[in-house]
Amino acid sequence: MDAFHLAQINTARLRAPLTDPSMADFVEGLTRMNELADRSPGFVWRLEGDNGDGTIARPADPLRIYTLSVWETPEHLRAYAYQSEHLDYLRRRREWFHPNGSEAALVLWWVPAGTTPTLRQGISRLDRLRAGGPTPEGFTFRQMFPAPAVRRAPSPERLAREEGTAPEPSPL
Amino acid sequence: MTTPEDLRDLDAVASLADPVRRRAYEVVAAGAGPVGRDEVAQALGAGRTLAAFHLDKLVAAGLLEVSYARRSGRSGPGAGRPTKLYQVAAAEHAVSVPPRAYRAAAELLAEALEQAGAEQTLYEVARRHGSGGPACSDITEMLTAQGYAPEPDGAERIVLRNCPFHRLAEQFPPLICGMNLAVIDGLLTGSGLDGEWTARMDAAPGRCCVTLSKK
Repeated sequence: MDAFHLAQINTARLRAPLTDPSMADFVEGLTRMNELADRSPGFVWRLEGDNGDGTIARPADPLRIYTLSVWETPEHLRAYAYQSEHLDYLRRRREWFHPNGSEAALVLWWVPAGTTPTLRQGISRLDRLRAGGPTPEGFTFRQMFPAPAVRRAPSPERLAREEGTAPEPSPL
Repeated sequence: MTTPEDLRDLDAVASLADPVRRRAYEVVAAGAGPVGRDEVAQALGAGRTLAAFHLDKLVAAGLLEVSYARRSGRSGPGAGRPTKLYQVAAAEHAVSVPPRAYRAAAELLAEALEQAGAEQTLYEVARRHGSGGPACSDITEMLTAQGYAPEPDGAERIVLRNCPFHRLAEQFPPLICGMNLAVIDGLLTGSGLDGEWTARMDAAPGRCCVTLSKK
């Protein structure tokens, strides 16, 4: 079991409210994409939101939506996002979303396995990426950072060696 | 042309200058999966030892990778030794004299297009370029000429084993895969095969994101 999982948040600004006919294909695809995510290898968790469709709107700006999810590894998320039916959905994003301009729309970061991030944490990671570029606290597929190293409890032999109470192992 | 990496690329490409070795590479590249030395020897009309010599040179040059598998399907005692198999390595090699950096330029252009939200314009340009090719009545020939390495999957479907835009597609998947779909769409129109075949986005690991189906 890996000690860290990969969290992702991504955001888009809708061209029209989800109830608008021009958004019908997007809305119709949401259920399929969520079901695909739920049964994809390495899927851990996603924020379902009040609508249950996985899109979380910002109260002050309902056209600004977010999705937040956790995956076992970057490869699992990549396989779902870019090597499945989801890619064709992404290809059509300009029909439904405004361009992001130079603002990052996706950020990745490591979370301890078994924990789930909050929307507020995700938005703050996105802000940090936009302000300072990729760091271990928030990065992108194009510039990845490895998961934090797991500290294992040292063996009694190693402790003894480090404390100078045991001889160095013989080179033989 | 002087960094160690440049020289490795040059060595890799130069190893294909020998016609027999180049043919051995082509045989492996045309295989739907890993290929054994016997198959290569047969295709070359050469001995097994000579085929193995060239294949191992290609491995040393970084153009091929080795794996081992029992081809009989048997396992356990009596199944024999695993066979050494060859396949095209994932690494890409390009040599430019004088130095040119078109991939770096492509990355900048892709990033700019994405930020500007100009995907639709890219798709239109790609479709128009694709449709500018000559008429062709053989779908396999047409896709092979474009570097897609088509592989029939039954009589009704074709998958593409090679993505000509692989590295860029990994970095900008929706943008470049969408462009590629538009190119193939255009190629079908230009060749006159669009009445018979249709291209669609059908992404899966390890191959091009587009597949073709009989109409």
